[in-house]
Amino acid sequence: MKIGAPKETYEGEARVAMTPASAKDLQKLGHDCLVQSGAGLKAGFTDDAYRAADVTVVDDAAALFAQADIIAKVRPPSDAEVALLRDDQTLISFFYPGQNAELLAAANAQGATVVAMDMVPRISRAQKMDALSSMANIAGYRAVIEAGSNFGRFFTGQVTAAGKVPPAKVLVVGAGVAGLAAIGTATSLGAITYAFDVRPEVAEQVESMGAEFVFLDFNEEQTDGSATGGYAAVSSPEFTAAQLKKFREIAPDMDIVITTALIPGRDAPELWTKDMVDAMKPGSVIIDLAAERGGNCKLTVKDEKIVTENGVTIVGYTDFPSRMATQASLLYATNVRHMVSDLTPGKDGVIDHNMDDDVIRGATATHEGEVTFPPPKPKIAAIAAAPKKDKPKELTPAEKRAKEVASFKAQTKSQVTLLVVGGLLLALVGAFAPESFMSHFIVFALSCFIGFSVIWGVAHSLHTPLMAITNAISGIVILGALLQIGAGNWIVVLLSFIGVLIASINIVGGFLVTRRMLAMFQKS
Amino acid sequence: MFSVGITSAAYIASAVLFILALGGLNNQESAKRAVWYGIAGMGIAVVATVFGPGVYNVFLILIAIAAGGFAGYYVAGKVQMTEMPQLVAALHSFVGLAAVFIGLNADIMLHAVQQMQAAAMGVPTIADGHTVAIPAGTELTGFGEKLWHKDAVEIAILKVEVFLGIFIGAVTFTGSIVAFGKLAGKVDGKPKKLMLPSDENAVPFISGHYLNAAALIVSVLLGIMFAQGAGIWTMVLVTLIAGFIGWHLIMGIGGADMPVVVSMLNSYSGWAAAAIGFTLGNDLLIVTGALVGSSGAILSYIMCKAMNRSFVSVILGGFGGTTGPAMAVEGEQIAIDADGVASALNEADSVIIIPGYGMAVAQAQQAVSQLVTKLRAQGKTVRFAIHPVAGRLPGHMNVLLAEAKVPYDIVMEMDEINDDFPTTDVAIVIGSNDIVNPAAQDDPNSPIAGMPVLEVWKAKQVFVSKRGQGTGYSGIENPLFFKDNTRMFYGDAKKSLEELLPKID
Repeated sequence: MKIGAPKETYEGEARVAMTPASAKDLQKLGHDCLVQSGAGLKAGFTDDAYRAADVTVVDDAAALFAQADIIAKVRPPSDAEVALLRDDQTLISFFYPGQNAELLAAANAQGATVVAMDMVPRISRAQKMDALSSMANIAGYRAVIEAGSNFGRFFTGQVTAAGKVPPAKVLVVGAGVAGLAAIGTATSLGAITYAFDVRPEVAEQVESMGAEFVFLDFNEEQTDGSATGGYAAVSSPEFTAAQLKKFREIAPDMDIVITTALIPGRDAPELWTKDMVDAMKPGSVIIDLAAERGGNCKLTVKDEKIVTENGVTIVGYTDFPSRMATQASLLYATNVRHMVSDLTPGKDGVIDHNMDDDVIRGATATHEGEVTFPPPKPKIAAIAAAPKKDKPKELTPAEKRAKEVASFKAQTKSQVTLLVVGGLLLALVGAFAPESFMSHFIVFALSCFIGFSVIWGVAHSLHTPLMAITNAISGIVILGALLQIGAGNWIVVLLSFIGVLIASINIVGGFLVTRRMLAMFQKS
Repeated sequence: MFSVGITSAAYIASAVLFILALGGLNNQESAKRAVWYGIAGMGIAVVATVFGPGVYNVFLILIAIAAGGFAGYYVAGKVQMTEMPQLVAALHSFVGLAAVFIGLNADIMLHAVQQMQAAAMGVPTIADGHTVAIPAGTELTGFGEKLWHKDAVEIAILKVEVFLGIFIGAVTFTGSIVAFGKLAGKVDGKPKKLMLPSDENAVPFISGHYLNAAALIVSVLLGIMFAQGAGIWTMVLVTLIAGFIGWHLIMGIGGADMPVVVSMLNSYSGWAAAAIGFTLGNDLLIVTGALVGSSGAILSYIMCKAMNRSFVSVILGGFGGTTGPAMAVEGEQIAIDADGVASALNEADSVIIIPGYGMAVAQAQQAVSQLVTKLRAQGKTVRFAIHPVAGRLPGHMNVLLAEAKVPYDIVMEMDEINDDFPTTDVAIVIGSNDIVNPAAQDDPNSPIAGMPVLEVWKAKQVFVSKRGQGTGYSGIENPLFFKDNTRMFYGDAKKSLEELLPKID
């Protein structure tokens, strides 16, 4: 089959759906590759680079659409492009069939099969073709870079000869893929990063990226994100109120705010209100990644950068991935390549559009003249729902106190019992044994006691060295043999001699091995 | 020559040093110092004894120490880190044997001293209860002198101590040899109890546990006879019978329980030393023996707890004897090649590696270390999850990983990391089996039911590096291998990893 990537017609779009690298991989699947002349130019891939990868460079879109069996694009097709589609053609691109019903109908009317990259189900197996995540990752990264270029100070705090620089404080709202990428970038630039998300279970991920999770003083059961395929759900009014209150509280402190909150199929929720913007310091920056859907901040103007009266810059660009066209194209082309790879199970250049496959079924919007959107629910849940954990009941101070007293009593009781029993046993021994024995016995009992208390503290990872060193130390029996070797009886001398010999092996061997082991433990 | 006072002072110093040596093992950094405390303590104790009062034949002593020291040096320098369990077991046997010899010697010397006393007094006297001056010109060792002054009760106690020293020593000796054989693979690791006259129609009371019990009773009887004045032949017999008990006991314990066995034998060797200390009236021996004995006992306890097994059942029986039908395992084991593993690893962000005895056997720790370095260089989170009983010694895996220069702060204990598996992309199981067996949680009839295990199956993807489809050391089927998210990466762990390494980019 021939796979062709046309030049994107959407204004300002710099990405391309096929790179020389992905073309090589596609050829390995048995496909031939075409590209429209100049398609990769804005992303940094020249026609010559494509030719070097054995890609046929075609002059214009019409020729490409005429020759290729599969069209790989980034943006949804324009009306003119739809008109070029044929009934045996497959289109792979972002399509947003939920919002583009007319376009979908038009494509279906042409008889073409449409594979929407934005509809790839969020299951583990499909991660390699999850273009939304790849693009969100870039958007998150770019958001921080964009914020940095509009922010007049360092991210990292510095103490220099020319004065002290405080670190920038960054708040990331919405810890999805883009949010997490933004957190990672901001922290690695040295900013103090805070993050918020309505899904409390992502707190751990946020903290793992080095940011601090902003917790609300709110006790309602939250919808677990796993129930909605890993996306956030709409939150209750009370929750929203608590959230806004918290934001108002921290707004004056924040230098950079990056909002990424989107709920699938809805307008962006308003999270950063005008009064919060007013409370921010002049020079602060807001990057609204939800600008496409109206923005998390109502002051955001789509595709523009504005400065408010109090000097806060609000960036509403929607083309962050396109602003990093090379990286975005590399990732997107790989996603497309994985999709084609799943469509070509035989690696023989023959497309097998298997509608029983969850991933292919989910992404397909039209097939064989029928609109197949929306797809049925996938058989595999995206994320296993976490079982509800029963929170341990909060104890009142009085109950806590009572519990402590009870456990203290129980401990005292068991210890006293042990002491009494032990004491009685010792007294029994003492009643019969002579004094010389008892003096040794005291030493023995105390040593056992010391041994027990010392060994409990030994680190788990050092149990093998512990064994080796105690083994070496138990070679102390050599003293017994030493004390006997001078006796007159030759058997005694012989046995003691052997005793000293093997005990020495034990001592030297044991200590050396211990030393060898311990010498190897190192910190990274 | 040191006086008695100086020798005692030296003993106190070494006792303190030994305690510091054990206490210092509470973290990796102070442990490096701790081992020197131990060496110094031992050095002081030996020098003070050799040059102390009542020790003769110094020349012989020096020969023995030099020869033994050289042998120890040679073995310790040559041994592979993976052979550490065997070495520790073998060294235990020396302590046991030495204890037996010293016990026998004590009895021989007791007879000699009694004869000398009889010669000096003209009548057999010790029973009279009053002390007799040592005649001038009689050459006695320090120990001999002590014997000379003992009264009847003390002699009786001495004999009990001799009996205990010999008995524990002999059990330790043969037990350690069998443990060595099992760990080194020279003896079959399966639990085996002697069944008489044959396995199929074993007669109770002379088979299995009864045999041990009977042997124990006979030893105790012999011990009583010995205390009553029967000759040294009783002790020789006790040595043989105790040796049999040690052999039979450890033969009956399965390979998977070896960590417990090794630490138990460690404990025994300590108690043997303490018993010898009582015999000789030497406090340093008592202190050190008690330290080692209690340390081994606690280690065994910790190991048993980690496996959710009672100490007694570990000592008396091996694995096996399931109480009900084990859950049937459904599905099939799906194999994967190095390319598949490599691409999953290249795409993963977080990786947890679960090493086991198989890694030690294949000597794969260096390859694992390289893999980790490569993955970490790509900014992936790579950690190790160590089960408390992974390997054949407590802490075995830590030592191997340390040898391969894996930084110890990415090596986690089970409790630290078990909750992280659900957020992990790839878990790689290298040569471990029972410690990642979900049957421990799911199947109440499994022999390892209730044992805490690493929940690797909760990771998004699990790769199991394993030699073949066999069930491994403990012989229990592992449902993990049949799970949907598990792929089997068959082959020798080292070869597999070396094949994998160049594919990670």
